[in-house]
Amino acid sequence: MALVEIRDVRKTYGGVVPVLNGITLDVEEHQVVCLIGPSGCGKSTLLRCINGLEGIDGGEIRLHGDRVSGPGVDLDALRRDVGIVFQSFNLFPHMSVVDNITAAPIKVLGLGRKEARERAMELLARIQLDKKADEFPDRLSGGQQQRVAIVRALAMDPIVLLLDEITSALDPELVSEVLNIVRDLRQEGMTMVLATHEMGFAKEVASKVCFLYGGVVHEEGPPAEIFSDPHDERTRSFLQRIIEAGRL
Amino acid sequence: MDESSEASAVDRTRAPRPTRQWKPAPPRSVVGLASLAVLVAAAAVLSAVWTAGSIREALDSLSADTAWVNVGLYSVAALAMVLFVPAVKGLQTAIEARRLIRIDLAEARATTADAQEKSRLAIGYAVAFAIVLLFGLFLIANEIAVGKTFFDLGLIFETGALVASAFWVNVEIFMIAEVLVLVWGLLIAVARLAPGRAGAPIRLIATAYVDLFRGLPAIIAIYLVGFGLPLTDLPILRDMTPTMFAILALTLTYGAYVSEVYRSGIESVHWSQTAAARSLGFSHSQTLRYVVVPQAVRRIIPPLLNDFISLQKDTALVSVIGTVDAFNQAKIIASNHFNLSSVTTVAVLFVLITIPQARLVDKLIERDQKRMRAGG
Ligand SMILES: Nc1ncnc2c1ncn2[C@@H]1O[C@H](COP(=O)(O)OP(=O)(O)O)[C@@H](O)[C@H]1O
Ligand SMILES: [Mg+2]
Repeated sequence: MALVEIRDVRKTYGGVVPVLNGITLDVEEHQVVCLIGPSGCGKSTLLRCINGLEGIDGGEIRLHGDRVSGPGVDLDALRRDVGIVFQSFNLFPHMSVVDNITAAPIKVLGLGRKEARERAMELLARIQLDKKADEFPDRLSGGQQQRVAIVRALAMDPIVLLLDEITSALDPELVSEVLNIVRDLRQEGMTMVLATHEMGFAKEVASKVCFLYGGVVHEEGPPAEIFSDPHDERTRSFLQRIIEAGRL
Repeated sequence: MDESSEASAVDRTRAPRPTRQWKPAPPRSVVGLASLAVLVAAAAVLSAVWTAGSIREALDSLSADTAWVNVGLYSVAALAMVLFVPAVKGLQTAIEARRLIRIDLAEARATTADAQEKSRLAIGYAVAFAIVLLFGLFLIANEIAVGKTFFDLGLIFETGALVASAFWVNVEIFMIAEVLVLVWGLLIAVARLAPGRAGAPIRLIATAYVDLFRGLPAIIAIYLVGFGLPLTDLPILRDMTPTMFAILALTLTYGAYVSEVYRSGIESVHWSQTAAARSLGFSHSQTLRYVVVPQAVRRIIPPLLNDFISLQKDTALVSVIGTVDAFNQAKIIASNHFNLSSVTTVAVLFVLITIPQARLVDKLIERDQKRMRAGG
């Protein structure tokens, strides 16, 4: 039994064309699954469905075998355990860095203020930002903000971490400091699903790469296979465009 | 992508296409504007002298001791002469600038700008001066009719204390109403944002309430509440004083306005903040409480203060239900003396408490705009 099982998931926003049209995908424990595909193919939507930020219209999602989609599911509980980091960081601008990290553990998990702060400081030290604990997010660089956002999700001790193009909004020289954290997390065995345009990085860290197209997983496999010998014509032409743009 | 590959294929051996020539334009002469400034200054001085003369005549008719008043009046008229300084300088500079055009274009431009600045300064001050003069004339027209009716200093000092103590009733009303409005408005705003299908009836009722009280003139709300509710003879309502009814009516009316202020503030917080909070496991109400409302509050302070200023002014409406507030007191005095000066006192009191708040609103808006430009 996979840690996360995604079965024939369908999702349509207002329009007629479904964004997700029968996605099936397994995420095993300790795996890093990379979602790739053209802009607008539904990577963000899929991630948002996994932690219940969006409802799904068909199919099902299971976590540890328990169905976490559909009516009656405690979404607050699901989101407590499935962390997500967004492309645009979304730190709370009215809270200091450390408060950003401790807010949910204190208010949602009921952790003591002191304990929560200690844990946050530990996490901040790991990303070398403990000196910035009492600064406000707007005093931090994009790379620093994104690292804090990752740590904020980690402070909830998630079962699985979803990362939605976490480096797309960053200046090129700030990308590596963020990706390094993801490398560390993989080392520790954190289960992750990441949507990314960083193909080189996907090739390096992915246990499995999934090419999303037309609302389905068009092709999936180990990175070596997908990147060097894609079977599918669409996958090939997508990767070709990426190579032409100098991104692989 | 196509463009960039073409750009790298530029044929570097071919002669480049010549770039079009930039033609420097001489500055436009401002001698006309500068002459206008001198004329305006002259007109201002003449009318100042004439106004001073009329005021002196008016004061003579009061047979007051006017020796020092004369000095004051004519020195004000003399003050108008100061307008000539920038006006004449502006004209000189404008002529100088025209001469410079043939010698040094850059210098000519700078001098023209200088001349324009001086002339505009003269005109601006002259216009302001003229407005003050007109007001002075209005006060003294018809043998100081306006002045005596509205600004009878004797009466103002005599009744000032009485009016000011009645003004305390207004202060009491708006202070209590403001606190109630803050809480009540937030409640309504949150009700209007009640989530899901279950929230629909709550949203509907809250919306109906806001529509009703935003459309209802405050004076009618006060009238209905102040005269209507006591007639019902219901337990608690029966024992309420007119002041309490006034507070109730104003809270109901302004609660509707302020709930809209809250709501627009809450909706101005980007949805990604809600997504971030919910993704950490915050519930709907926790998200509002810890993430959305704290961010909204800072943005709503300026419009909130504006509504408070309106509320403070509308406390004058409570006189319709017989509450003896400053305005009602002043009206009583006015009808006893056939003179409106006591009402002027009330007007001044209202304006005085409003001005600092208005400036504060300006400051806050300015601060917010600065922050917006700084991108935070
Ligand atoms: N909230 C929404 N309402 C309507 N359409 C949406 C919404 N979010 C995304 N979409 C549409 O769904 C499609 C997939 O979007 P998204 O999941 O963001 O793609 P990706 O992350 O792969 O670029 C896009 O066509 C987008 O316009
Ligand atoms: Mg996306």
